[in-house]
Amino acid sequence: MNLHAVNAIYRFEMARTRRTLLQSVVAPVITTSLYFVVFGAAIGSRISQVDGIGYGAFIVPGLIMLSLLTQSISNAAFGIYFPKFTGTIYELLSAPVSMIEVVLGYVGAAATKALVLGLIILGTATFFVDLHIQHPLVMLMFLVLTAISFSLFGFIIGIWADNFEKLQMIPLLVVTPLVFLGGTFYSVSMLSPVWQAVTLFNPVFYLVSGLRWSFYGQSDVSVWISIGIILFFLTACLGAVAWIFKTGYHLRN
Amino acid sequence: MEPIVSIKNLNKTYKGGFQALKNINLDIYPGEIIALLGPNGAGKTTLISTICGIAQASSGSITVDGKDIQKDFRATRSLIGLVPQELTTDAFETPWVTVSFSRGLFGKAKDPAYIEKVLKDVSLWDKRDNMIRTLSGGMKRRLLIAKALSHEPRILFLDEPSAGVDVELRREMWQLVHKLRESGVTIILTTHYIEEAEEMADRIGVIADGELILVEDKKSLMQKLGKKQLLLELKQPLAVLPEALKEFEIELKDEGYTLVYTFDTQAERTGITTVLDALRQAQINFRDLSTTQSSLEDIFVRLVKKDDGESLVEKPS
Repeated sequence: MNLHAVNAIYRFEMARTRRTLLQSVVAPVITTSLYFVVFGAAIGSRISQVDGIGYGAFIVPGLIMLSLLTQSISNAAFGIYFPKFTGTIYELLSAPVSMIEVVLGYVGAAATKALVLGLIILGTATFFVDLHIQHPLVMLMFLVLTAISFSLFGFIIGIWADNFEKLQMIPLLVVTPLVFLGGTFYSVSMLSPVWQAVTLFNPVFYLVSGLRWSFYGQSDVSVWISIGIILFFLTACLGAVAWIFKTGYHLRN
Repeated sequence: MEPIVSIKNLNKTYKGGFQALKNINLDIYPGEIIALLGPNGAGKTTLISTICGIAQASSGSITVDGKDIQKDFRATRSLIGLVPQELTTDAFETPWVTVSFSRGLFGKAKDPAYIEKVLKDVSLWDKRDNMIRTLSGGMKRRLLIAKALSHEPRILFLDEPSAGVDVELRREMWQLVHKLRESGVTIILTTHYIEEAEEMADRIGVIADGELILVEDKKSLMQKLGKKQLLLELKQPLAVLPEALKEFEIELKDEGYTLVYTFDTQAERTGITTVLDALRQAQINFRDLSTTQSSLEDIFVRLVKKDDGESLVEKPS
């Protein structure tokens, strides 16, 4: 194992975040704070409780999940796409590094950044609502698994994308709508039976539900189903990454 | 001596069906500088990319220091440094960061003293904390060399190292390359500049249309293929070539003031004495004489411009 390479990639990617602190950390925190202000304080004051939880507190897991998913994907996608765009990927391809080391470096850094951001948003939420996390270890597990899985997903998007439009397409047109329609701002029990059935096809719904369970001990579906879904997604992404490195898809001519 | 890089029956066909490399066979020996010459699109960069692991071979094998580049990719790649043709750099990083990153990527522990030495060797030490985007093209080229040297490679690939570099910088780079060779580094460079190959290389390989049409020691190549000419500046111009001189390969130039005799440097007899005797008998006096030898450029043009499909030299087996 080329641990020096893993360390080099990881530190290089983390350094990029420090350089772009405004874009990487401040912007997502402000955006999420605005959600708290608009949905939690302004609209939430007119909604008494959802499933026995104050509305402001109810949306916290969903908002953390929203940031976690989008940041994991965009960090990892940009991390591997940028060397392709600038041409510096030649160095990675000619270096004595294996698939595992490249993934550990890029995905590890992207997941770390997303996780730190998720925790910052959790901290920010405490300024707006009272939070009592019932299962903190399960919460951490969900955050870590989600950050890793979606960073892998972002890594795949970064390799697949051959222009900036493709790079942004899936996070903006697929992931964000799935998060908004995945029960971030409402309980699925508030929907009509037809839309409840449709929601069951949304994978993000299970993640939000699972994370909410770790906070309040309540969820739309069993927490085990949520864990199963995230593990399945993680495995699928690992398989796709392994295939990419084996075939050299969009990397080697 | 065992080759440090050995290429056997290498073929590379891209997805669209274009065959970029055709049955390449080449051995590169430790400590030598070999220049790969060829026109644009000849396959030089594809060959380098394939050896370095950036492109995948369609068939054939490559070994580096006796190890297969696919099976033992860690061992082989850690021996190789690559300076690409394009100025591909991390615009928002500093030379110090990017060179340190390269060292780590190639599996070497941090060594600030060595990074300092490399940056000094390429005259970038005073720019170590500047953003790369603020560096000139020549500085970026040197930075790429520093990155390639960051992990102390035994083999260095330089893909068009002089592209976009001014004359002074080119000479500095040549000096650096010579210094590296003295330290035992094997250097493989591709170039358009014949002057560069002539100045630096021990051996020359010529690639055209994906085929390695020639690999030869530079000196023997120039001897073998280089024609020499004897130029005789006449006292009186000649309107036509006298009958006595027609048996020789002689041309009349400069409105009859110069006789040009072309001879084979490899022949047992050059024929110069016979020509001079013939001139004396024909009572043709000359005021000066000189000789010229064809340059590597002339040889190269002859090799790649041939249009009848007939090879000037035997292909390497």
